[in-house]
Amino acid sequence: MSITKEKKVLAVTGVFVGLGAGLLVLWGNPQNMGFCIACFIRDIAGSLHLHGAGAVQYMRPEIPAMVLGAFILSMARGEFQPRGGSSPMLRFLFGFTMMVGALVFLGCPLRMMLRLGAGDLNALVGLLGFAAGVWVGTLFLNRGFSLGRSQNLGRLEGTSFSGLQIVLLILLVAFPTLLVFSKAGAGPGAMHAPIIASLLIGLVVGAFAQRSRLCMAGGIRDLILFGDSTLITAPIFIFLFTLIWSLATGTFHLSFAGQPVAHTSSLWNFLGMTVVGLSAVLLGGCPLRQLILAGEGNTDSALTVLGMTFGAAIAHGFSLASSGKGPTTNGKVMTLVCLAFLVICGVIMTKRGKEHA
Amino acid sequence: MREIDTRGLSCPQPVVMTKKALADKPDALNVLVDNRAALENVSRYAKAVGYTVAVDGWTLKLTK
Repeated sequence: MSITKEKKVLAVTGVFVGLGAGLLVLWGNPQNMGFCIACFIRDIAGSLHLHGAGAVQYMRPEIPAMVLGAFILSMARGEFQPRGGSSPMLRFLFGFTMMVGALVFLGCPLRMMLRLGAGDLNALVGLLGFAAGVWVGTLFLNRGFSLGRSQNLGRLEGTSFSGLQIVLLILLVAFPTLLVFSKAGAGPGAMHAPIIASLLIGLVVGAFAQRSRLCMAGGIRDLILFGDSTLITAPIFIFLFTLIWSLATGTFHLSFAGQPVAHTSSLWNFLGMTVVGLSAVLLGGCPLRQLILAGEGNTDSALTVLGMTFGAAIAHGFSLASSGKGPTTNGKVMTLVCLAFLVICGVIMTKRGKEHA
Repeated sequence: MREIDTRGLSCPQPVVMTKKALADKPDALNVLVDNRAALENVSRYAKAVGYTVAVDGWTLKLTK
């Protein structure tokens, strides 16, 4: 295993993500939730009146900040590239399934690594499910799965998603009364770091993620497809840093039961993350990577994020999301529906990919 | 000279296509890319399987 420059950049990114997450928890974010792309988008959806779950409503500045960090750095490095048109509707729906799976597990792949680093063994089950989903995705990729080519688009189109993030931040800072916020003690939505800390750490992490192309799904995927261990460097360093951080700060607890914002139903932790892993591989990136690509001008990824937002609203409106008590019946049914949907789409788009090759 | 066009495709498809094209061990292959991520990923893969990579704009020239 050679140490390339790319791996060094990914390792440094992993450390910064772990450090940023640790600091955000120290300053007020929920336990093991310094970052969680799925949870934060869910909180934003609640804050925008898109669902009525009182425990999870807050305009998390980390999300807009990460998009803008990627937007600014990609502009500076000449990598900003407005593009889109590669099966936008399917991407929206895969964003939806990715969110449903994450909310059944209670976390995106990034939070899974943060949970694992703090000793939450349910996250280990989630990781196995995630790897299984990624593996199924590579079967499709190896057989020619494709969502089709994207086209170059205009600058306004490519910039509009980042512009929308500025609107969200303006709403939070200047017009907070328009938004909904979880009441103190109501749940994770009420726990958050100061806005300025979330904003600055989000910007830095977004920029690092843009530079390094950090992707939680890409690491396992490339290992399976090409035997390439480059991308997996970052998740490993996020885990290692979080392990050291939680041991040093006394927040490390090795157990299944009693973990913060987590449940112990192994089957659904596994299957929830299988849905996330398969969605992420078919989409070409995990939830975090979709945010970064959207910042770089990729409107397919922007639509994926909107699909995730829609998924979050539906997940809470229809009781699909798990809670600390465990998964719901609706959530279990929907997890299976999502899996079936993804496999069917995978088969159809693999055949189509072959015909167009 | 064989050439594959991966423009507009999202990761990891450019690398999967390169892998397939290199499976029958051609002496040379041109790969068209249109973004930095694909350029770096295809280069990394080609080097790992023993090809020399020359970058000419958005065309990667792989040779044994």
